[in-house]
Amino acid sequence: MIRIEDIYKSFDGFTVLKGVSFRIERGEILALIGGSGHGKSVILKHVVGLMRPDQGHVFIDGSDICHLKGYELEQLRSRFGFLFQGGALFSSFTVFDNVAFPLREKTKMSEEEIRKKVFRELDQVGLAGAENKYPAELSGGMIKRTALARALVRSPEIMLFDEPTTGLDPIIAHTTLDLIKSIHKNLGFTGIIVSHELSRIFQIAHKVAMLHEGVIWAIGTPEEIMSSKDPVVDQFIKGGTGTSIKFY
Amino acid sequence: MVWIKKLGNLSLFCLQRMGRMGIFFAKTFFCATTPPLKFSWILKQICFIGFQSTLVIFLTGAFSGMVLGLQGFYTLNRFGSVALLGPMVALSLIKELGPVLSALMVTGRAGSAMTAEIGIMRTSEQIDAIELMGLNPLRYLVVPKLIAGVIALPLLTAIFDVVGIFGGYLIGGKLLGVGEGTYFGEMANYVGIEDVMEGIYKSFSFGVLITWVCCYKGYYAGFGAEGVSRATTQAVVLSSVLILFWDYIMTSLLF
Repeated sequence: MIRIEDIYKSFDGFTVLKGVSFRIERGEILALIGGSGHGKSVILKHVVGLMRPDQGHVFIDGSDICHLKGYELEQLRSRFGFLFQGGALFSSFTVFDNVAFPLREKTKMSEEEIRKKVFRELDQVGLAGAENKYPAELSGGMIKRTALARALVRSPEIMLFDEPTTGLDPIIAHTTLDLIKSIHKNLGFTGIIVSHELSRIFQIAHKVAMLHEGVIWAIGTPEEIMSSKDPVVDQFIKGGTGTSIKFY
Repeated sequence: MVWIKKLGNLSLFCLQRMGRMGIFFAKTFFCATTPPLKFSWILKQICFIGFQSTLVIFLTGAFSGMVLGLQGFYTLNRFGSVALLGPMVALSLIKELGPVLSALMVTGRAGSAMTAEIGIMRTSEQIDAIELMGLNPLRYLVVPKLIAGVIALPLLTAIFDVVGIFGGYLIGGKLLGVGEGTYFGEMANYVGIEDVMEGIYKSFSFGVLITWVCCYKGYYAGFGAEGVSRATTQAVVLSSVLILFWDYIMTSLLF
């Protein structure tokens, strides 16, 4: 379903991605792990066409998103849900309006149907009663959950989660990941999760890919990655202070 | 040879930026002339750019008119032409000061806010979020501001002109003794509809200019607080300079 082929990306002469390749089948969740600043979010932005690679291709069901423009790109993007690291909620909208926005703009649903759908989504993410609050009045966890509700409200085929638990306390972080797992069970979306909650995402993901030095250093099932003897993978998973991984 | 290379690089950079700005305007214009238009968003922006600028326009117009009344009276008095105070104040305001000062005040009050708002939306990934919903951010963020600017600027300029003319009368007429009939009667003789239209055309084009420059700067703002603050400063400076430059071009063309 998603096939990334040999992508390279540089920023101001600094090469972040040096030939990244992997594929995800329909209904699978891939956990993308790796050090901070190594380009995980950059990969996600390539998958949805927010960034174009200097070289390489990103195929979604056989269409190269790097070459799509205008209406075709808009149509393809309608199949995505994206949970941004900071939530990316519209600050002038209430929680309700934030979640309702994609439905109002991209569907022909009546206001009553939208109301029901939004309340159902908010209830699902544990935000019932917060619909009239503005993003400035929400805690970090509530922002993430509102953003999750907005990303899921149109039942996307492909969900991308950019650090869904960063900045949350351990309980809310675990609840959020459990929520993602249960929603995946219901919707069966194809997904990529970028997260540092290794123990938890290993339970959710079907595959784990580790990004290191601009390439996919290791990829496999969670069990294979957990039992990897590669010193880089081992150091990253165990959180050791070895010398295999250079920090920037 | 090094300086030639640098000059070449600078020229290419400027050309690239101008091209990007032109493409941004062309895309916005296309969105503004094709459905769907977001009427509630446009109304909100008319309120923000227009209604909420009324007080500052009122004050600027009043003081500009009062200064013109005062300066005009003493200057015309030297030539024994005090009777022409009304036309002088009115023509100065309607043709030049009204459109230009209104545009500069709107740039300072609303233009800077437009850049900051869109810039913050860019850095907090809200614009990316709109794109990922399969929507065109220009339709939601820029088009309503452009249309609101085009509607609000001429109206604000009209308020500026009227308030300024009465400000001039307050000083010239009430304080310095020019008769009401002389002040307004001579104005009616010397000020034609073509003068009013000149001011309207100018303010209409300034409305486009301000929203275009300020939205463009916000849309391509750099990362973080520093990027947004730099974009806001650049937007205000560039808009102000372009307003004065375009005013000269328009005046040359309309005469």
